[in-house]
Amino acid sequence: MEEEGDAKPKKAGPRQCCVCNQRRAALKRPKTLEQICRECFYRVFEEEIHQVIVENQLFKPGERIAIGASGGKDSTVLAYVLSELNRRNNYGLDLFLLSVDEGITGYRDDSLETVKRNEIQYGLPLKVVSYKDLYGWTMDEMVKMIGLKNNCTFCGVFRRQALDRGAALLKVDKLATGHNADDIAETVLLNILRGDIARLSRCTAITTGEDGPIPRCKPFKYTYEKEIVMYAYFKRLDYFSTECIYSPNAYRGFAREFIKDLERIRPRAILDIIKSGEDFRISTSTKMPEQGTCERCGYISSQKWCKACVLLEGLNRGLPKLGIGRSRGLNQENSKDVKKGNGARSIESKQCGSLDF
Amino acid sequence: MQLTLEFGGGLELLCNSVKIHNVNVEPQDIELQGGTKKLIMKDLLTWIRGNLIKERPEMFMKGDTVRPGVLVLVNDCDWELSGQLNTTLEEKDVVVFISTLHGG
Repeated sequence: MEEEGDAKPKKAGPRQCCVCNQRRAALKRPKTLEQICRECFYRVFEEEIHQVIVENQLFKPGERIAIGASGGKDSTVLAYVLSELNRRNNYGLDLFLLSVDEGITGYRDDSLETVKRNEIQYGLPLKVVSYKDLYGWTMDEMVKMIGLKNNCTFCGVFRRQALDRGAALLKVDKLATGHNADDIAETVLLNILRGDIARLSRCTAITTGEDGPIPRCKPFKYTYEKEIVMYAYFKRLDYFSTECIYSPNAYRGFAREFIKDLERIRPRAILDIIKSGEDFRISTSTKMPEQGTCERCGYISSQKWCKACVLLEGLNRGLPKLGIGRSRGLNQENSKDVKKGNGARSIESKQCGSLDF
Repeated sequence: MQLTLEFGGGLELLCNSVKIHNVNVEPQDIELQGGTKKLIMKDLLTWIRGNLIKERPEMFMKGDTVRPGVLVLVNDCDWELSGQLNTTLEEKDVVVFISTLHGG
């Protein structure tokens, strides 16, 4: 045994993998603190995701599954690992890549090129849906009108719906997204910080929207971001990593940094935050928004009009503040039966909705 | 000391969008460690901040180490296994920095 606890070696000779005891360890797993070699890492990484899929019955044989693909690290690794596992374990799934083109020059156009390469590399058919086609506006055009203040709100609301629309066009049974353990821990914290009890109670669910037309699932719910990036690096997977040119999103940024600071001191913190989120019990006296459908477009909504329709109406009428913050919105104007508490809560916008569940 | 430094995951944007830098870092330029000249990661980070990072250094470092969320590999080995800031560097080592904080 050449291991000396956590004494800091200057450059300790090649440490051995704690799984195979043969090869040189290549990384320290944040989840278990094990030191592990590349080959064993690939195996345990993929195996753990397989176990999550099986234990949570994320997929059924014969299903058509869309993978929400941004070209970034998480969705690229998800597309790669899911197609591997599908082949290896005979899931019997038809996998598709689904991308949203927000119309952001210099950002999404480049990342879409990555997705198009992934389409060829992994042999998965790709569908791209664009804001321009769905809503008549590109994100660039929206930002020209609304400025850089609430743009992430618009983008998030539209993306969520665009993914559902794309999934419907592909006639898939489910949408799998690349949200990882770090993302979910961050979202738990943010929902606490915002007092958003409705989202807090569902943001840790591995599958959501089972009552709706297209359920979503998160196979990376327990997968650390560090391991996803290490996996992509060691496998030389082709992904795109540039920050969106429009996203300052300071509030989420602080939460993210806080989680990373915690992880450095105690890597388990991430899984523990998720556990706390899962085990919350919402008091029965808490008012929860009731789910209905949008009177205008038929999309799920707890209001008369869904958020996307309210925002779009604002854009088209030249009133971009409509539906932002606590100001009077369409839903209040049009319907008298909106309960006060709920109306204010769901109208309060959530930033950068890529993590919005 | 010849080193190859690689920046990825968006960090390359902080050094003129160049991913791979072949650099020469002399241990004596930094400081003497216990009488013998050697270069450790702590010294290298200081050197990088002074010589390669052209903008927003706070995206790369926090205090005297990398910002949490930046992965470091020395010769394709996680620096958490080699002592992080105390990792001793040798001639022709390859050091990779990858940000996990961009995109998703």
